[in-house]
Amino acid sequence: MNDFAHLWLIPLFPFAGFLLNGILGARMPRRLVSIIGVLAPLASFVLVLSAFGATMIGAAANCPRCGDVTALTLPVVETLGPSWISIGALNVDFSLVLDQLSMVMLLVVTGVGFLIHVYSVGYMHDEPGYARYFSFLNLFLFFMTVLVLAGNFLLMFVGWEGVGLASYLLIGFYFSRESAANAGKKAFIVNRIGDFGFLIGIFLVLTTFSTLSFDKIAVLLAMSPDWQGTVLTVICLCLLVGAAGKSAQLPLYVWLPDAMEGPTPVSALIHAATMVTAGVYMIARTHLLFDRAPIALWTVAIVGAATTLFAATIGLVQNDIKRVLAYSTISQLGYMFLACGVAAYSAAIFHLVMHAFFKALLFLAAGAVIHAMGGEQDLRKMGGLRTKLPVTFWTMTAAVFAIAGFPPFAGFFSKDPILYAAFLQGTGGKLLWFVGLVAALLTSLYMFRLWYLAFMGEPRSDVKHHHANPLSMMVPLVILGILSVCGGWIGIERFSAYVFPVAAAHRPMPEGDPGIEIVLTIAAVLVALAGWLIADRLYRRKPERPAELAAAMPTGYRILLNKYYVDEIYDAVIVKPLFAFSKFVLGGIDLLLAGVAWLLAGIATFTGMILQRWQSGNLRSYAAWLTLGAAVLLLAAALWSGGWSASFHSISTHFTMNAAGH
Amino acid sequence: MNFLQHDVPLSWYLLLSAALFSLGVVGFLIKRNLITVFMSIELMLNAVNLSFVTFAYQWHEVRGQIFVFFVMMVAAAEAAVGLAIIIAVFRARQTLAVDRIDLMKL
Repeated sequence: MNDFAHLWLIPLFPFAGFLLNGILGARMPRRLVSIIGVLAPLASFVLVLSAFGATMIGAAANCPRCGDVTALTLPVVETLGPSWISIGALNVDFSLVLDQLSMVMLLVVTGVGFLIHVYSVGYMHDEPGYARYFSFLNLFLFFMTVLVLAGNFLLMFVGWEGVGLASYLLIGFYFSRESAANAGKKAFIVNRIGDFGFLIGIFLVLTTFSTLSFDKIAVLLAMSPDWQGTVLTVICLCLLVGAAGKSAQLPLYVWLPDAMEGPTPVSALIHAATMVTAGVYMIARTHLLFDRAPIALWTVAIVGAATTLFAATIGLVQNDIKRVLAYSTISQLGYMFLACGVAAYSAAIFHLVMHAFFKALLFLAAGAVIHAMGGEQDLRKMGGLRTKLPVTFWTMTAAVFAIAGFPPFAGFFSKDPILYAAFLQGTGGKLLWFVGLVAALLTSLYMFRLWYLAFMGEPRSDVKHHHANPLSMMVPLVILGILSVCGGWIGIERFSAYVFPVAAAHRPMPEGDPGIEIVLTIAAVLVALAGWLIADRLYRRKPERPAELAAAMPTGYRILLNKYYVDEIYDAVIVKPLFAFSKFVLGGIDLLLAGVAWLLAGIATFTGMILQRWQSGNLRSYAAWLTLGAAVLLLAAALWSGGWSASFHSISTHFTMNAAGH
Repeated sequence: MNFLQHDVPLSWYLLLSAALFSLGVVGFLIKRNLITVFMSIELMLNAVNLSFVTFAYQWHEVRGQIFVFFVMMVAAAEAAVGLAIIIAVFRARQTLAVDRIDLMKL
C-alpha cells in the first residue's frame, strides 16, 4: 500500500520558501521573512515525520489503534510527470525514491535543517541581507532533499550541483569581504573537480548499464552475481572522486576550512551536518557497485583513514574556533569514508547522523560564543565563558564528549562500530583501525583543547560587549544537546537493521569475536580519556606548556599551523602555472587570433573602400567594364587553347580547306 | 549558293560580323542618347545573327538558323518593351541622356 504519493512536496516547500523570500523578501518585514523561512523546512520535516510514522505502522502490521491511518511500506517510488530524457534506450525520469536510507537522511536534513533555521532567526537578526540569507538557506534544503530523494544518478547530480550552488552563495554571503568571495569561488572550483569525476562515473554507468536508475542497476547487478570487472572499479573510483570533492576528503578537502567564511549557522548546516555528508550518502546509495569493486573500496578506506588523521593533526593547533571545527568535520568525514571503505555502510550512515547532531551543535554553540563575543573567533582571546554562557557551555560540553567518544554519548556508539568493522578487515584493516584510534585520540585532544580554551580558566581579553543570546538560539542548542547525548542509544544493530534490511544477505560481514569487540571498545574509551587528560594537563594545569612544546618543535609546529602548506603547494603546482598559462593564452595566442581577425577584417574593409567606387550608378561605365571583362575572358580563352595566332591560324586554315573542298 | 563559297571567303563574313559587333559596342559605350544606345544593341544582336547564319551554312546545321529566328523574335519583343520604357523615361524626365538616368526610382 503505497498511498503516500506526495514525496514531491518535501522539496517543494523549501523551494516555495526560496521563491517567496527571494523575490519578495526585501519588501517584507523581517518577522514575515523569518516565518516563511522557518515554516518551509518545518513543513518538510513534518511530512517526512508523518511518512516515517506511516512506515513504522506499516512495519508493525497488526496495530489495533491505527485503523484509519494509512500504512506505508518502503521503498516508495514516485515518478513525476513525463519522462525527463528519452533518447533511444536511455530513459531518465524524475523519479523520487523513499527508502530506509533516504528516510534517515531526510529526517536529519529536514530536522537539523529546521533547528538551524530557527537558530538563524536569532543569529542573523541584525544582519543586512536577512531575506537573501533565508532564501538561500531554503534553496539549499530544496536541492539537498532532491539529492537525497533522487531515484537515479542524473537527478542526484542535479541536487548535487544545486547544493554546491547554495553552498557557494552562502559561503560568499558577506560578498563585500574579499576573503569570503574568494572562499566561495574556491569551494565552487574545487567541487568542480569532484563533479567532473562524478560526471565521468555517471557516463560510465550509462555505457555499462544503459540506465541511470539505482533500482535497475541493482537488478542488473543481481542478475550477474559473479561480475566484478575493471569497469566497475573505474566507475567506483570516479564516483569516489566526486564524493571526495563534496565531502572534503584528501586531496580535495582544501575548500572546507575556507568555507568557514560563511555565517556560522551555514557552516553548521551545510559544511558540517548535511551537504558535506552527501559524498558518504552517495557511496552508501551506490554501495552495490562498490561491493563489486574491492580495489575502489580499499581506496575509499585509505582515503578516509588518511584524511581523518591528516585533518585531526591540523585541528590540534588552529586558533580560530571555527577552523578547529572545520578540520574536525573533515576528520569525522574521513571516519565515515573509512567505514564505507570497509563496507560498513550502516556504520557510516549511523556516524553521519550522530555527527550531524553533535557537529551541528558544536558549530551552533561556537556561533553562540562568537555572537556573544561580538564577532571574536580567536580561541586565544576567549576563556572563562563557562559562567557567562551556561547554556552554551553545557550543550557544548555534551557535544565535546559526544565527538570524543565517551559513553554514553552519541559519538561513542557510532565511532565504535567503525573501528570494529575496520579491525575485522585482515591485516590492512588492523592498520586502518590503528589510524582511526590515533585520530580518535587527536580528536579528543583538540576538542578538549577548544573546550578548555573557550570556557575554562580566566577571560583572556576584556570584550565588554557580551550580548545575551536569544531564545531562538538556545532552544536548538538544547534540542541538539539532548540528541547528542541520547541519539546513540538507538544502537548500531537496530539502526543497521533498519537502514539496510537486506545488507547482510548480499555481503556477509566477517565474523567477529564479542570479546575482541569489548577490548576494542575499552581501548577506544581509554584513548578518548587520554586525550582529555592530555588536554587537561596542557591547557588547564600548565597553560604555558603548549607554547613550550611549540618552541621545542618549531618545524613541526609551523608545518601544522600552516596546514602542511597544502594550500601553498596547490597554489604553486596548480594555480600559478594555470594562471601563467591563462595569461599566456590571453597575451599571446589570444592576441594572435585577434590580430588575424583584425587583419582579415581590415583587408575586407580596404578592398571594399576601393571597389565601391565601381558602383557609380553610371550605366555606361558598367557596360564598359562588362565589355572589358568579356574581352579579357575571350583573350584568356584564346591563349588557353594554344595561343592567339595559332588558333586564328587553325580557324582560317579550316575555312580555306573547306572552301577548297567544295 | 555557290557564290558564297567561291566568291567571298567565309572569314570575310566573320570579320564583317565582328566589325558590326564592335561598332555596336562602341556606339553603346559612347553615345548618350538612349535611343542610339538602343540601336547599338540591335546592331550587336544582328552582328551575332550574321555569324550564326554563317556557321550554320558552313556546318550544314539548321539549328543555327533557328537560333537566329529566336534572337530576332526576342529582339522584337525587346524593342517593344524597350521603346515603351524609353517613352516612359522621357515623359518623366524630359531627357534621354543616359548619364542623367542613374537612379532606379523615377
